[in-house]
Amino acid sequence: MRNSFDHKLIQLNNDLIRMGGMIEEAIASAITALRENDAELARKVVKNDRFVDDEEKNIESQCLSIILREQPVARDLRKVSAALKMVTDMERIADNAADIAEISIIADVSALMHILNEIKTMSEKVITMVSHAVDSFVNTDMQLANDTIKADDEVDELFISIRNKIVQLIKDEACSGDVAVDALMIVKYLERIADHAVNICEWVEFFETGEYKNTQII
Amino acid sequence: MSENESIKISTKNVNLYYGENHALKDINLDIKTNKITAFIGPSGCGKSTFLKSLNRMNDLIPGCRITGQFLLDGEDIYVPGVDTNLLRRRIGMVFQKPNPFPMSIYDNIAYGPRVHGIKGKAKLDRIVEESLIGAAVFDEVKDRLHKSALSLSGGQQQRICIARAIAVQPEVILMDEPTSALDPVSTLKIEELMNTLKEKYTVAIVTHNMQQATRISDYTAFFLVGEMVEYAKTEELFSRPQDKRTEDYITGRFG
Ligand SMILES: Nc1ncnc2c1ncn2[C@@H]1O[C@H](COP(=O)(O)OP(=O)(O)OP(=O)(O)O)[C@@H](O)[C@H]1O
Ligand SMILES: [Mg+2]
Repeated sequence: MRNSFDHKLIQLNNDLIRMGGMIEEAIASAITALRENDAELARKVVKNDRFVDDEEKNIESQCLSIILREQPVARDLRKVSAALKMVTDMERIADNAADIAEISIIADVSALMHILNEIKTMSEKVITMVSHAVDSFVNTDMQLANDTIKADDEVDELFISIRNKIVQLIKDEACSGDVAVDALMIVKYLERIADHAVNICEWVEFFETGEYKNTQII
Repeated sequence: MSENESIKISTKNVNLYYGENHALKDINLDIKTNKITAFIGPSGCGKSTFLKSLNRMNDLIPGCRITGQFLLDGEDIYVPGVDTNLLRRRIGMVFQKPNPFPMSIYDNIAYGPRVHGIKGKAKLDRIVEESLIGAAVFDEVKDRLHKSALSLSGGQQQRICIARAIAVQPEVILMDEPTSALDPVSTLKIEELMNTLKEKYTVAIVTHNMQQATRISDYTAFFLVGEMVEYAKTEELFSRPQDKRTEDYITGRFG
């Protein structure tokens, strides 16, 4: 009895890892598409979002099936409910990556060369956060989850710094209003992705303790 | 545990021996008034032994020795001079297998009150009806009160036994796997019934059905080889047990 249940939990972990890989790649490709003005790559990111949605449904359906068939308690219950909540954040991350890709198709950001480098740095930090968030869940690594939550501060700082530079560009009339707004939206999406990664880490904490954002919810 | 809940039965350092067999080890447990407390644990861990000791049903077993205290409303029920008949009227019991007496439904229910000296048809009629209503079986049997209780289905028989238990107006009802011999519908009826019973009585139930414990009980105690490993609010025990042994047992990782 427990054998088949354990097998289902391993399957769940594996699918979360696969979905994690998909969303990391989506963010990376969106940023590459932006920097290299690669509309084809950008369209691919937008198109692939569908597969992430499918993966989300697949994981949700596995979780519901476990609840129905195994009636999990204790750690098992916390694991399945945390997975059910965190796939929503993972799916939103992919949406935000697709949003960035869409902007990259219409935006001409060649005027923003030095900002693009900072966006790349920011995106690398964000991708690491996403990757660590999912890893911390599948490996039940609270330390990694906590470190990832802390890393969000760096992303927030980068956001402010890039935002200020964009404001300066507008003041200096060094770029068009359109470009400035597009660039701002892209960094805002990156900043949101980091927030979703933090949410995932908070579900890791729930899995370990039953506490979500310092409130005992079960 | 919780603040405003009063304690109906409190056990202090209870040890029970069947001859050489140390069947209960230092049990300290407070059963809360008007709550349902579930006892869970693997076969042979002492759940029934503990339940039975709460109304001194082990007294007659040769070689059975008990130390420690059982306080009912603060009074020790094992001190000399305690009237065990009166005690069992205050603390009733329902068993795993429905065991109605081989007599009419009416007489099954009226039996206890009669033993305790209640006479008069009108009075008994009222007790029988109220008890059957209380046990959620009245509508099903009201037209055949004078038929044998043994002619009823298992689920109905079990509710007759519950009616029999509440007919003497107990304060506590002990149930040892009361639904293990019943189908899901009868089980559900008894579970719903327990929810209403706890408004009037304090209920303690032994169950092997983990989902049942989760559904109906307010508190759960986990027993393992004579030890009470963990006792907590049911939601807590089933969502974040503190002891690894509890976790292993309820998640089926046991052994
Ligand atoms: N009348 C008795 N005489 C001697 N030993 C007994 C007696 N009743 C129970 N025992 C022993 O006491 C221990 C606890 O038994 P108990 O019936 O309380 O277990 P339980 O938890 O209710 O198990 P189950 O889930 O199988 O009903 C067991 O080792 C059992 O063999
Ligand atoms: Mg038993």
